[in-house]
Amino acid sequence: MSEPSRVEVPLLNMQVAEQSRRAPAPMVAKAPAGIRRFLHTQTSGAVADRAFGGLMLTCALSILAIVVLIVVMLLDQSKLSLHAFGLKFFFRTAWDPVSGDFGALPFIYGTLVTSFLALCIAVPLALCVAIFIMEISPAFLRTPIAFLTELLAAIPSVVYGLWAIFVLVPMMRDHLGPFLAKYFGWTGLFGGSNFGEGFLTAGIILSIMILPVISSITREVMGAVPISQKEAALALGATRWEMIRMSVLRNSRIGIVGAVILGLGRALGETMAVTMVIGNNPQISHSLFAPGHTLASVIANEFTEATGDLYLSALIEIGLALFLVTIVVNSIARLLVWAVTRGKPVAAH
Amino acid sequence: MTQIRPSRSNASIRQATNHIVTAISILSTIVVLVPLIAILFYLIYKGASSLNLAFFTHTPKPVGESGGGMANSIVGSSLVLLVASLMGIPIGIAGGVYLSEYGSGTWMGAIIRFTADVLNGVPSIVMGIAGYALIVVHQHHFSALAGGVTLSIMMIPTVTRTTEEMLRTVPNSLREAAYGLGVPRWRTVLSISLRSAAPGIITGCMLAFARVAGETAPLLFTAFGSNFWPHSLNEPIAALPLQIFVYALSPYDEWHRLAWAGSLVLITLIMLSVGLVRYVTSRGQLKGGM
Amino acid sequence: MGVGIEVVDLNAWYGVTHTLKDITLNIPPNSATALIGPSGCGKSTFVRCLNRMHETNPAARATGTVKVGDRDIYRDASPVEIRRRIGMVFQRPNPFPTMSIYDNVASGLKLNGFRNRKVLDEVVERSLKQSALWEEVKDDLKKKSGASLSGGQQQRLCIARALAVDPEVLLMDEPASALDPVSTSKIEDLIFNLKNEYTIVIVTHNMQQAARVAENTGFFLMGQLVEFTSTNVIFTKPKDKRTEDYITGRFG
Repeated sequence: MSEPSRVEVPLLNMQVAEQSRRAPAPMVAKAPAGIRRFLHTQTSGAVADRAFGGLMLTCALSILAIVVLIVVMLLDQSKLSLHAFGLKFFFRTAWDPVSGDFGALPFIYGTLVTSFLALCIAVPLALCVAIFIMEISPAFLRTPIAFLTELLAAIPSVVYGLWAIFVLVPMMRDHLGPFLAKYFGWTGLFGGSNFGEGFLTAGIILSIMILPVISSITREVMGAVPISQKEAALALGATRWEMIRMSVLRNSRIGIVGAVILGLGRALGETMAVTMVIGNNPQISHSLFAPGHTLASVIANEFTEATGDLYLSALIEIGLALFLVTIVVNSIARLLVWAVTRGKPVAAH
Repeated sequence: MTQIRPSRSNASIRQATNHIVTAISILSTIVVLVPLIAILFYLIYKGASSLNLAFFTHTPKPVGESGGGMANSIVGSSLVLLVASLMGIPIGIAGGVYLSEYGSGTWMGAIIRFTADVLNGVPSIVMGIAGYALIVVHQHHFSALAGGVTLSIMMIPTVTRTTEEMLRTVPNSLREAAYGLGVPRWRTVLSISLRSAAPGIITGCMLAFARVAGETAPLLFTAFGSNFWPHSLNEPIAALPLQIFVYALSPYDEWHRLAWAGSLVLITLIMLSVGLVRYVTSRGQLKGGM
Repeated sequence: MGVGIEVVDLNAWYGVTHTLKDITLNIPPNSATALIGPSGCGKSTFVRCLNRMHETNPAARATGTVKVGDRDIYRDASPVEIRRRIGMVFQRPNPFPTMSIYDNVASGLKLNGFRNRKVLDEVVERSLKQSALWEEVKDDLKKKSGASLSGGQQQRLCIARALAVDPEVLLMDEPASALDPVSTSKIEDLIFNLKNEYTIVIVTHNMQQAARVAENTGFFLMGQLVEFTSTNVIFTKPKDKRTEDYITGRFG
């Protein structure tokens, strides 16, 4: 805007000129007289506001109350077992409802083994799928494939279990199991008799179930990598894979770890499908063909049949342990994902 | 002087690596899609061949008798889910309104948000125990109500967090516009914020609904299951996922077929409810509106 | 008819920043008053203090006296009641995207519980005519969303929405800064025509705009009201050296 140092003449002239070409004011009816009177007599709504805000707060607080109540209830109901066995509960292998001798180690072992197997299978696949969808796939395939992998997440656990019983278990028994025993029997992981149900089958079905979680969060994290980073790598003459490795994976690795841990959280607590194919036997076996039990599956299987207060209390203590472990695992995962997708830029190395 | 020009072999190795990785990722995607397609194929193949009118109109027959259906489970599931939605959705939305419109930036809001995330990650079997300990123990019997309340507790955190996220996408200028007109805050929240975010919130509610619709573990020790028509919400009640679980583990072919048919119906219901609401919310919008 | 505004010793803080310092002025009724000054000088904060909109930001607070008509708005009434008497138009057009054009205009009444359809129809037509939008939208009042209009039309829709509650004062916070020149000139015409009926306070960073529409102009600088007098005087014989420097483009 350039204006001369003496302003009076140009500005005033402009104002006059503007006014002379103005459209005449439209002829409009007078405002209905009732409007101001109506509005001025309306209440300020302060009472309603306070009531509404209070209601919202109450509902939000109910979430807090529920969690506190769950913890208190679980603690209270597992008192018997806590007193009887103390912390040693988690290192004992006995599980004998008849004599009232309980220990959670077989279930912890089963949960760890199946979750670990699931991660071993799901993580590489999920990463590849995420890379394919985000960086390699032609645009027209991107949405359908993303949708299909999300669809995997919408299938109920019990349906996975049903499918596993009638498709995966026979396949395991007749084809995959013998194959593994023949070529990888030397590892000692595939010994003993193979009935199709056991740790490995549970691990496989778990891997299918946690894959969409890991894949979709990995995609989200990869999507947060700035395009300039990718272009920088390409401009240096990197091949597509080198670009993915240097820019995309390097920048999103913390978020990917978060996605994997979130998948772990899901695997630890997954119940129905595992219960249906793991064989339900509280034993610690180094063979992946052996039937086992997880923390979640033993509860699902024995809770309604638990006779005796100590038995029930031991099962609830297992539930409490599962609750606390998943809280820790999920909190770590959320923190990591959050750090990448909305937090400050991750420190470069 | 060292030669800095990249050698030809180095370049071809790099290219080869690039191609191998691309191939691996394509192969992995196919490997991942195989079980999905296999599951859907089995569901439709086994399920559709076992579906008949009796499935939708009859209660289960005792072992040994052929025929029978899962009508009581369908009705039971609907009742349990109705209870869950009636409780979970309003409380969840109100919680989200608090987090976005009242408690954002406060320590109270941060605590509640964290708790909601914690609750969201609680394994469903633990929610089953919680439902048992909170309700069944005090009522001294299993009931549809206990099942519904347990599922509603699972819906609340999901609904709360989506509602909060969706309300945050509503531009502040719209709230200011309403305040500028002298509209009280509660009215602004209801008619402007929630109204603008409605499509996203409804989708979030549907996803929460779809998630709990297929849940089995929380119902094991709450709704418990039943072979008869439901008479009241205060007695054990059948539910589709529970019945599928029982039938799948049974040794009878007849029941296996019913389990497949039940799974097909369950998944269809879940997909339909999600699809239907998406369709409804995408229509009825004004031209140029959000 | 509009009412006058009397401001005495108005101070405002945003967090720890003192954004308005001892502002005292009298805005005459049924006229347009322009507030000019460089960005961050407090002019926007000032209009927001006139209808207590600053209170929507928890970090902001204000002290002093603001009388609109015979009401002391900080002591005699709640913010909600005040804002029903004082309309406000914002920098960026903000029609409600989920509402039709009709509902947008009627929103101030409907959301406050007014239900008489016949009166609403009348008010919507009148307000849209006042804001010179009636001819352009009368055929799809209830069919189209407020967000489907062009930027300039949206801003006139927002003016119609503010006028529909028949306010005593109309506050405009840089109403044309996000618009193209043609839309800007339409908005200016509007202000010029409306000022006989309402008391208009308009914040602008555009000095020609102030000169074109306002009887009186105030110049803000660093939270202070440097000069407040008739527009002709401020643009021709400013008393204060800082005002003259700003108007002649030596800074800001």
